[in-house]
Amino acid sequence: MTAVTTRPPSHRQAVAPSGKKRRSASGRLWEASPLTYVCLIGAVVLSAFPIVWSFIISTRSNEDVYKIPPPFLPGGNFIANVTRLLENEEAGFLIGLTNSIFVSTVVTLSVVFFSTLAGFAFAKLRFRGANAALLFIIVTMMVPTQLGIIPLYILMQKLGWLYTLQAVIVPFLVKGFGVFMMRQYAMSAISDELIEAARVDGCSTFRIYWNIVLPALRPAAAVLGLLTFMETWNEFLWPYLVLNDDTPTVQVSLKLLATGYYTTDYVMIFTGTAMALVPLLLVFVVFGRQIIGGIMEGSVKA
Amino acid sequence: MTTAGISTGRGSKFKLTKLDMKYSPYLYIAPFFILFGAFGLFPLIYTGYVSTRKWTLVGGDKGFVGLDNYTELFGDEKFWNAMFVTFGLFLVGTIPQLLLALLLASWLNKKMKFRTALRMGILLPNITSVAAVGIVFGFIFADRFGLANWGLDLIGIDPVSWRQHRWSSWLAISTMVNWRWIGYNALIYLAAMQAIPKDLYESASIDGASPTRQFWRITVPLIQPTILFTVIISTIGGMQLFTEPLMFNYGQLNGGSLGEFQTISMYIYQQTFELGTRYGYGAAMSWTLFILIMLFAGINFAMVRRSVKGSTT
Repeated sequence: MTAVTTRPPSHRQAVAPSGKKRRSASGRLWEASPLTYVCLIGAVVLSAFPIVWSFIISTRSNEDVYKIPPPFLPGGNFIANVTRLLENEEAGFLIGLTNSIFVSTVVTLSVVFFSTLAGFAFAKLRFRGANAALLFIIVTMMVPTQLGIIPLYILMQKLGWLYTLQAVIVPFLVKGFGVFMMRQYAMSAISDELIEAARVDGCSTFRIYWNIVLPALRPAAAVLGLLTFMETWNEFLWPYLVLNDDTPTVQVSLKLLATGYYTTDYVMIFTGTAMALVPLLLVFVVFGRQIIGGIMEGSVKA
Repeated sequence: MTTAGISTGRGSKFKLTKLDMKYSPYLYIAPFFILFGAFGLFPLIYTGYVSTRKWTLVGGDKGFVGLDNYTELFGDEKFWNAMFVTFGLFLVGTIPQLLLALLLASWLNKKMKFRTALRMGILLPNITSVAAVGIVFGFIFADRFGLANWGLDLIGIDPVSWRQHRWSSWLAISTMVNWRWIGYNALIYLAAMQAIPKDLYESASIDGASPTRQFWRITVPLIQPTILFTVIISTIGGMQLFTEPLMFNYGQLNGGSLGEFQTISMYIYQQTFELGTRYGYGAAMSWTLFILIMLFAGINFAMVRRSVKGSTT
């Protein structure tokens, strides 16, 4: 409302039939009504419910699962459930968790490094073929590469990478999305004068990247890193195909847990599910604002 | 270029700088092209090659068979069933998903308290892993002791065997997909809506246009590029739907006893890696799916662009 009333009078305003009517109309548009809050809170509750519920079940016992009405409040079995989960050898949950942390960290660092490097080159360095190369990268973002998994699988077989972590790391070390995102950010975040000045001082291109570009790209690089970490952590189809129960990632462990044998220990499955979500939730709680900013900015620029 | 004047005093350094200026850009973009070439582009093209050969896990590459894999595919009822499921799930999932995302975005596009908290709450489903969420939803839609059936019982409706019918399994799976993607799409729409100048709405209100009318006449046409973007992304994702239906059926690839919810990706996976281990046939299906995705994305693009443009004029 205030934003409207403090606006300097415009031509439109002068011809408005009555100031009062106009104000109420635009006020209705921009101020969130109680109903809007109720709807939004409802949406948030629905969004959070399956996650919260998996945590609730992870604190209950197997008998509780069959109760009617179903349990909606936490119980006291959490420690016992986690112990059973970690002792379950078929799923190798702890190995999965460790592997996932390792794989996601390596992939994230690599994606951020190569994407900022290439993004810098596209945004600030002049070279023949730059436009064509950038266009190619944008097109690759649209290509469903998952459809190449059969040859990729054969390739892994030939390389002897099946059932090793290389198979889920190496193909993902750089992504077109990251290069494009860093290029867009570098265009506006780094001034050409700064780079020119560094050149006059005799800096090599890599030094310019390391000392000037990388620090300037830090906010966007952090968002890219977060998105990459979460994406890698959540990757399922490919790890499920090329890893086995000796070297699982956490998602593969979950799958083994939920389906490996005809288990009736549902509470343990839920405990695994909840535990696999904890690292993501931590990242989200700490960096949620940046992640949202990254998604919203990225979409406008793309 | 600017360094030239400075470094002429020292020949070798000058040469080095020139080399650095000329070739380091290529060095910096090379990792993407090498990795994408090896693990993205090559497999995709090679899929086309494998699809023309009789190639199995046990027997190895048994040579060229022409289009045999493709002709077999046209007679394969299970392939067409999977195709039907994939497109069906895409339609019943994506349309409500994008409409609800639009609605959610219009609610969020207001002056309000707890803005960040509400946005985070809505994005929450998107950051969770599909496998984990698939397990949770599998239990929500369990036949006995499932939360969904308990809820139906409360309002006096008989329990549903979710995995036995096409409609019920589709409903459950699209709920799972929509739950995960509505918030994400809403934030993308919100970003686009915030870029619309507010004066447009003010003048529309003066002209007496209702909020609903303003939404369809101003908001939707102006965020059209963003809607197109989400449609393309949803098409590419929806055509490759795999993990949700897999986890819904407790990790089995068959998608129900009669393949009620077996998607193309599941069928390809089943034929290539589980049952038949027939790489050649799987590759033919992948290649067909690839072409279909490209076609379908193009059609969706054209349709949405036309319909949204139509509403402005």
